[in-house]
Amino acid sequence: MSAATPGRARAARSTRRAPWPGRAGHGFVAAYVLLLIAFGVVPTVYAIYFAFTNADGHISGLSNFSNAANDFRFLPAIGHVALYLLFWLAALVIFVVGLALLLHRLAGQGVSRALRFLYYIPGALAGAASVMVWLFLLDPSVSPASFLLRALGYDTFGQVIAPGHLPVLFTLIAFWTGAGGWIVVMYGALNNIPHDIIEAARIDGAGAWQSARRIQIPLLRKWIVYMAILAFAGGTQLFVEPQLLSQASVGVAGRDYSLNQLSYDFAFQNNDVNTAAAISVELLLIGLIAAALFVARSGFFDAD
Amino acid sequence: MNARLRADGGALRRGAGRRAGLLAAAGSALALAAVAACSSGGGGGSASGTQNGFKPAAQTGGTLTVWVDSTRLAAAQLYQKQNPKVKMKIVTYDGDANGSNYLQTKVSLFNRTRGGWPDVVFSAENNEVTWAVPAGFAAPLNKGLIAQATLDGWASGANAPCTVDGTIYCLRNDLSQTVLWYNEKLMKQWGYQVPTTWEQYQALGQKVATEHPGYLVGDAGDTFTPEIYLWAAKCGANQITGAKAVTVNTTSSNCTKMAGLLDTLIKNKTISISSVFSSDFDKKEPGKILMLPGPAWYGGALFQGTFKTAAGQIAVAPMPQWAGDTSPSVGNVGGGTWLLSAHSANLKAATAFLTWVTTADDYQGKLAPGYPAYSAAAKTWLAGQAASGYYANDIAAPLQAAANQVWPGWGYGQFSQEAIWAATVTPGLNAGKSLVSLLPAWQSAIENYARSDGYQVATS
Repeated sequence: MSAATPGRARAARSTRRAPWPGRAGHGFVAAYVLLLIAFGVVPTVYAIYFAFTNADGHISGLSNFSNAANDFRFLPAIGHVALYLLFWLAALVIFVVGLALLLHRLAGQGVSRALRFLYYIPGALAGAASVMVWLFLLDPSVSPASFLLRALGYDTFGQVIAPGHLPVLFTLIAFWTGAGGWIVVMYGALNNIPHDIIEAARIDGAGAWQSARRIQIPLLRKWIVYMAILAFAGGTQLFVEPQLLSQASVGVAGRDYSLNQLSYDFAFQNNDVNTAAAISVELLLIGLIAAALFVARSGFFDAD
Repeated sequence: MNARLRADGGALRRGAGRRAGLLAAAGSALALAAVAACSSGGGGGSASGTQNGFKPAAQTGGTLTVWVDSTRLAAAQLYQKQNPKVKMKIVTYDGDANGSNYLQTKVSLFNRTRGGWPDVVFSAENNEVTWAVPAGFAAPLNKGLIAQATLDGWASGANAPCTVDGTIYCLRNDLSQTVLWYNEKLMKQWGYQVPTTWEQYQALGQKVATEHPGYLVGDAGDTFTPEIYLWAAKCGANQITGAKAVTVNTTSSNCTKMAGLLDTLIKNKTISISSVFSSDFDKKEPGKILMLPGPAWYGGALFQGTFKTAAGQIAVAPMPQWAGDTSPSVGNVGGGTWLLSAHSANLKAATAFLTWVTTADDYQGKLAPGYPAYSAAAKTWLAGQAASGYYANDIAAPLQAAANQVWPGWGYGQFSQEAIWAATVTPGLNAGKSLVSLLPAWQSAIENYARSDGYQVATS
């Protein structure tokens, strides 16, 4: 019907648009808000409720939190996650920005398009599946890169997954699975920088390094902060990598490694959902505080 | 009767669609009333009363859901083949092996959502009752569900890991007493004597290291390594003294003596520190095993199944003992248990399957890879092993003797000894540390995990 009378439909829409200009926008947001409430807000409120009550549903103050903090696995887990975050954030910021700049410099050539696609492929695999790929890569007896592992002196899977290697391994896995998307995002952001600014810099004698350092990176700042906030929140919730590694190594490496795993153990091994919820509330708080710091220090929401 | 049939059919269809259980039950009050009224005679349950030592769910029938590991899949499939009328849903999972806690995780979720429990579950672990009874999942079996005469058919003590205060909550699948597996062809060829003491075992290991480097006299790379060597050596790392009490002492002379032996042989590379199930081991070692202390199921599962060692080579000897020790002792590696869900809406079919799978000669006697815990099946099994001609000697005598020599000082707590060993000792061994030096760390890890599960821990 609307196809038959496009003119009238358009007219009707434009008259309806007048009283509430943001209508379409609200429509789009509403779908998101529904999902956010169902899978974000409600579970969060549920977790907060659990965190401050005991198994019988009575208010228990902070006892769940002290329970978690007194567990022998708690402090080591914090140490593990902190070290991992350090490696992961550093690797992400340095290599993603570096590779995006490189891609941008190669923009004219076909190789850039091919590389962009290559970087993105691992991200297209679902999280757990890509970790499984790594479990094969890291086992010298089946890995296609076994010559590399052997050259580094590792002959068995057990040697590769020694406890000291875990932060680096998890960073490698997370970078491989997660960085591709960010490289594409950064590349897009670089494309948004007006060409005349770069041109002006070049005329003033700026080389590749100087225009990257003085112009491109400062203009990317907000994107980098945005990436850091999301990567930080994701990193504190480290779970899939150690959990799968733990299963693949029948518990030799990765058991009780991260805070999220500890929470999982509390819920399902010790049958203590309340303490598990306390840990997840702590993770939420840490993520919020870090995001607030990043936003405040970087002027993230300042208008240009 | 007509009414009952129709009601049953309705419940069946609903059960298939939505998983039988409370949800389906709630949705069909009318059908329920009819079923309850008609089936008050047999092993089924009335909606309110306690029967067979627990309060059963409404017996709405429906699909029988069975969870097994990949090894026990054959058992469930055979049952389905022999009983095509039973509507079965067979699910394979990791068998909860190596302390994966998969089953416990799922059951605790099912408890929360009040539905979805499997009717019968196989677990490779012997400690499931420590959580499955408090969680209300495991149904008591000797309170009417299974006849005492049947239960008496298990080897003595086989169901001890399943027993809480005299009530049996699971049935043991197989005994996993440890013995000394060895390659008779190589032993003869090289003129070696099968060691009967640990001293001889160590001496032979040192001899092999110089005369035939690359060959193995044992393996210490698995999560159950302590159960093979330290359990057999009466090392008191896991003395469960009460429902929530454990005594842990990993640095007694019994422990350090065995750890020292392992250290010597790990150092001269006659004991491997790769898991016998790792791709690494499978590529390099299967043809290089001279001796391998391990559980009864090594024969079928490992030599025949995984390594595909040719027939006529593998033989069994009793586990070595320390010289002068008058009470021989062996270890035990798992053995697996079958649990029946107290939430089953199909107790009759579930009990029938449980009884069949643990006792029937067709499976346990003729097909099972391990030494059946049910005595009559064990006899058939041993006869079958002898008749198969796979083994180079008569394996019945040493296996039967070892079945009665499992050291009783090692128990089954809620915490997984296998998981603790894997996380604390294995990385150290991989890094080249000596086992003796790792014993204190092992001790504190056991204490920590036991306490976090609410155990009272004593240390001597």
